[in-house]
Amino acid sequence: MKNTDTYLAEIKEIRQMMEQSSRFLSLSGLSGILVGLYALIGAFIAYRMIHFPLPSSYQKIFPSQIISNLVVLGSVVLILSLATVLWLTYRKTKSSGKKFWNPGSRLMSIHLTIPLVSGGILILVFASRGIFSIVSPSCLVFYGLALVNAAKFTRQEIFYMGLIQIALGILAAIFPGLGLFFWAIGFGVIHIIYGTIMYFRYEQKPKSA
Amino acid sequence: MKNLFHQLDKAFENKIRLGTMSVLLVNTEASFNDLKDLLEVTDGNLASHLKHLEKEEYISVRKSFINRKPNTVYTITEKGKLAFEKHLNALEEILKQR
Repeated sequence: MKNTDTYLAEIKEIRQMMEQSSRFLSLSGLSGILVGLYALIGAFIAYRMIHFPLPSSYQKIFPSQIISNLVVLGSVVLILSLATVLWLTYRKTKSSGKKFWNPGSRLMSIHLTIPLVSGGILILVFASRGIFSIVSPSCLVFYGLALVNAAKFTRQEIFYMGLIQIALGILAAIFPGLGLFFWAIGFGVIHIIYGTIMYFRYEQKPKSA
Repeated sequence: MKNLFHQLDKAFENKIRLGTMSVLLVNTEASFNDLKDLLEVTDGNLASHLKHLEKEEYISVRKSFINRKPNTVYTITEKGKLAFEKHLNALEEILKQR
């Protein structure tokens, strides 16, 4: 005969299945902190490149060379960030015995990628025409939209992080000279703050049990 | 109390069927392989339980091919939705009475 414990277990199972099949909750908070650090370091190097282009060297620096250097720098930061997020998240799913590639993570990736890739292409098109003022605001706005869109399939906090990024992007558009500053706040500081919150909220095992 | 137990649906007395209905309730559809990964069961076991739910008309099946491999997609029916919700309500009531 079934007792109430069995029914409780059944309800728990139902909840877990509903959540696991539609949400991906294993994103690593630690990776958010690292990504934020990369972004801050990248922004600092970019600042040096733009405002103090190697005074010691004899070779004359052309603006086009700074731009290609910035593109390389941006790509390095992006690839390093992606690799860190994937690696730490993969490790987290492994240690908790969950699947890395499940319906939840698939849904989240799709909804994250669509605004991100369309924004990325748009930025590249405008940048190739020499319109660089669009880069920082658009990065932030499209990243924010991607987060808002993907939040339905992961933790709700991501939704608010998306809103903050969108707001920073719009501010960056209003104050064109401060693009790099807002970029550093959005991709650097906000990531570190959010990564820390997520880490302490979900990844720290409660000490008093 | 006895009346409540009658409201529990026999079709959902199994963990795999319960899991399947939970997944299909929150997702518009799920493929056979999605369900297999989520519920961590073998092909044969899952297939027989899905067939049962299909016979009850709680889920509907759509078969197609992706790169010549068969791809079976399941969705919850209106009847299945109602039955599952009734089952959940009955479970809740039973627990409340304790």
